Formats: sequence, structure tokens, C-alpha cells
Amino acid sequence: MIVLGIETSCDETAAAIVTDAREIRANKVLSQLAEHAPYGGVVPEIAARSHLDHVDRLVREALAEAGAKLSDMDAIAVTGGPGLIGGVIVGAVTAKTLAQVLGKPLINVNHLEAHALTCRLTHDVAFPYLLLLVTGGHSQLVAVEGVGRYRVMGTTIDDAVGEAFDKTAKLLGLPYPGGPAVERAAKAGDASRFALPRPLLGKPGCDFSFSGLKTAVAQTVEGLGPAPSEQDVADVAAAFQATAAEALSRRTRNALETFASAFPRARTLVVAGGVAANGAIRNELAALAGEHGFDLVAPPPALCSDNAAMVAWAGLERMKLGLTDALDFKARPRWPLGEVRAT
Amino acid sequence: MIEMPLADLAATRALARALAGVLGRGDVVALSGALGAGKTELARFVILARAEAARLPPPAEVPSPTYTLVQVYEAGAVPLWHFDLYRLERPDDALELAIEEAFADAITVIEWPDRLGPYMPDDRIEIALSRTGAGDARRAAITGIGARGREIEAALSSVLAKGAA
Repeated sequence: MIVLGIETSCDETAAAIVTDAREIRANKVLSQLAEHAPYGGVVPEIAARSHLDHVDRLVREALAEAGAKLSDMDAIAVTGGPGLIGGVIVGAVTAKTLAQVLGKPLINVNHLEAHALTCRLTHDVAFPYLLLLVTGGHSQLVAVEGVGRYRVMGTTIDDAVGEAFDKTAKLLGLPYPGGPAVERAAKAGDASRFALPRPLLGKPGCDFSFSGLKTAVAQTVEGLGPAPSEQDVADVAAAFQATAAEALSRRTRNALETFASAFPRARTLVVAGGVAANGAIRNELAALAGEHGFDLVAPPPALCSDNAAMVAWAGLERMKLGLTDALDFKARPRWPLGEVRAT
Repeated sequence: MIEMPLADLAATRALARALAGVLGRGDVVALSGALGAGKTELARFVILARAEAARLPPPAEVPSPTYTLVQVYEAGAVPLWHFDLYRLERPDDALELAIEEAFADAITVIEWPDRLGPYMPDDRIEIALSRTGAGDARRAAITGIGARGREIEAALSSVLAKGAA
């Protein structure tokens, strides 16, 4: 089976072609990052128009790279939410049109489900596994029991960790995107110079909170005066990163213990989403997994940030279970992972 | 103008409750303040308070709209649109988010409202938040602009006075 995936739910326009033999035949992503880094933030592709301008070309490029024709596709998979609604609609309409014209099945994929299943494309991970999903917009701990069977064990009660990285970078005058910039700066920093509050320390459960940490960073930066030195910036970055990594690891530990007793034979902890590229966070999680006799699996960075290969793969997974969607499915701005079903 | 200290999160929640009670269809709340001033927290409390007042279960998540730019809460008699315009570059981009639809039919809560430029509605309630010292302490400066804005300010002022009494 071979599936075309389309992703337009946020800032990236993407198209990819993936087979059920776990082969990524093409994975095209158009990101505005390089172009907009000078502004200190991605200029949002709210102009659904911008997705509209590029999605056809990306589909054509993906087909060319895969050496395939549209008529070769067994199905069209597309992100139907959650996300910026204008963008989601562009992808959904494109996919519906292709499915209609080609007479092929259409699969409506939840963007978070696509992140959640990526490790099965890259590492053939067996169900069930514990997933830590960390992106700009989401921080969640999920027991992934099967396709369409996602038990959300914890989520952020305020900001997502990726947002905390981006805003910390902004406060420190570091470039966008904040994750890599903070990680680079932190390398030369002393994490022990500033004591930042550890979110939800001593509280049971697996939820996250990063808003207070962001505020503490703002206060710390303010205390450094108008012109912090490079060392000051490095030290704050290091303190923030260590605190965020520790918080993620500590909350994941709670989830892992619950998960391991519910699924005594499960052996895999998966970290996915753009923030999974952070080395400090990976190290903490690898240590945690090791302590519990788990393996840590992290898809490569190109498949952790937003892409369409994950959408095509999630489409394949759903199609193998006979789960296809009608041409009139509605794009959804809000679509929590816990509401995704295998029906 | 109402100026009030918010000693802790409970005080912020109390302000949000009072505000949630006086807002109606077409009202606009402009939330300003630096990164970490507590804009999203206040918006979140308003959204939760409206769900509670309508005897609805709280939304499963009230995420920050920094990346999605807008989150729409349809539950209850009047929908609420929560915008974060931080990433907007041009005021025109706000129109792509259907913000005019929100102004007409919903309660609109906007973070980083300065990004709206000329599209800022004439009637609105402005809340400027700032940090005071460490921890969760904040100060709020609340100003009604335009006839409806002044009405909201007066109503809020009387609710807050009752709460304090």
C-alpha cells in the first residue's frame, strides 16, 4: 500500500508519500523559518492562502521524488485537525478533491495521532507504549494502546513546553526557534547559578505546568538589568533547560510507573514532537527509561517536527483497520487526542 | 480606571469571575502586559468561569493560543474567542482569523491587542497586567473605552465592590 499524506495545520505546508513497508518515498516540507527568523518569530501562515499557494506544488514534488503518479496512490491522508482552521481546511479540501477525482479512500488524521504513531514508522514499536508528546502547542503523556486508543494520562494545565522554550529565548534575546537557540546558549552556561522554581514539585499526577517557569525566567532576566552579558544569558538558558528537563522527566516518571503496572510487558518510552530534539531532555528521559528497564525511542528530528510523512503513516495505520472517512468530514480547530477513536 | 493589586492566583481568579459575569455578546477584552505578566492565566480563568456559570463541564483544555492564534469556545449561550496576536506581523492578518466575526457574535478576549492596529474596536475593556515582585503577585489597570467599555467598567467596579464588602 502507498499513501499520500498532506499536512497544513500550522506553519508548515507538507506533502509526503509513504508505503506500508515503512518506506518514506518522499517527505517535502515548506517551512517559513529561514525567511522569518529575523523577525524573532514565524510570521504565521494564517494566510490559509499561503498554504493554498504551495500545497499543489509540494504534492507534485513529492510525487516526482517518489517516482509515482497520483493514480498509484491507494489512499489520501490529511490532517483534519487540530490546528489553525484556515490552514486545516486548505489541506482537507485538497485531499477531498484528490480522493473524489481519483476515486480513492480518504483518511482524516488527527495531527497529534500522527505524532503519536511516528515511532511505528521509524522504529516499528509494538503497542502498548508510553508516549511523551512535546511540541510548541502540546505537552502530553499518553498511553498508546493501539490505533485510535489513546489514554491521555497527563497534559499541560497552562503553556506547552515548546512555548516555554520559545518565550525564554525571546526574553533572553535569542533567535527563533527558541528550542535550538536555548540549547546552544545553555552549553556554555552554569545551571546552578539561578534557582528557578520546579513546576508541580511534590504534586502527584502527570500533568505539566510551564507558565510559572516562564514568569520566573522573566523575573530573573529583569534582575540582570538592561544589558545582560553573554554569560548571564547562557546561565539563565542552562537553568531554564535543566528545570524544564527535570520537570518533564519527573512527571514522566509518575506516568511510567502507572503505565508499567498496567502493562507489565511494555518496554518502550517514546518521546515525539519538536521538543524531542533537545539533547538535555533526551538524556534525562534516557536515564529515566533505563532505571525502569525501558528503552527510549525518539524519531529523528525531521520526523519529530511537523511533517506529512507522519500523516501518511497514520493514514496507513488507520486504513489497515478499514478506517476511512467520508468526503464531508469537518476540519476541526480543537480535537484532543483522547477523543480520537478507531471507528 | 480601576487599579487593583492581585496578590495571588486566587485574586486573579476572582477578577476573572467578576469580569466573566459582566461580559456579553459583542464585548471585547484587550489584555496587555509583558511576557509572563499573566494574560493567558487571566483569560483561562475567564473561560473557566463562564463554563461554570453556564453549569457546563469545564473545557478539557484551555491551551495557550500562541501558536494557533485563536481558540474558540462554543459552549454556553455566547461563544468566546480567545486570540493571541503575538505572532502577527500585520494588522491585516487578523482579518484572516475571522476576528470580525468574533467582534459581531462572540465575546472576544485578545492578548497582544496592539497588533490589531486600526482594527481595534472602538468599544472595549482594556486590562493591563504587570508583575509586582516575585511569585504570582500582579497589578491590574482596567479601563473602559467607548460607551460599552465604560458600561463594562462600571458594572465590573460594582461587582468588585460587592465582592470586597
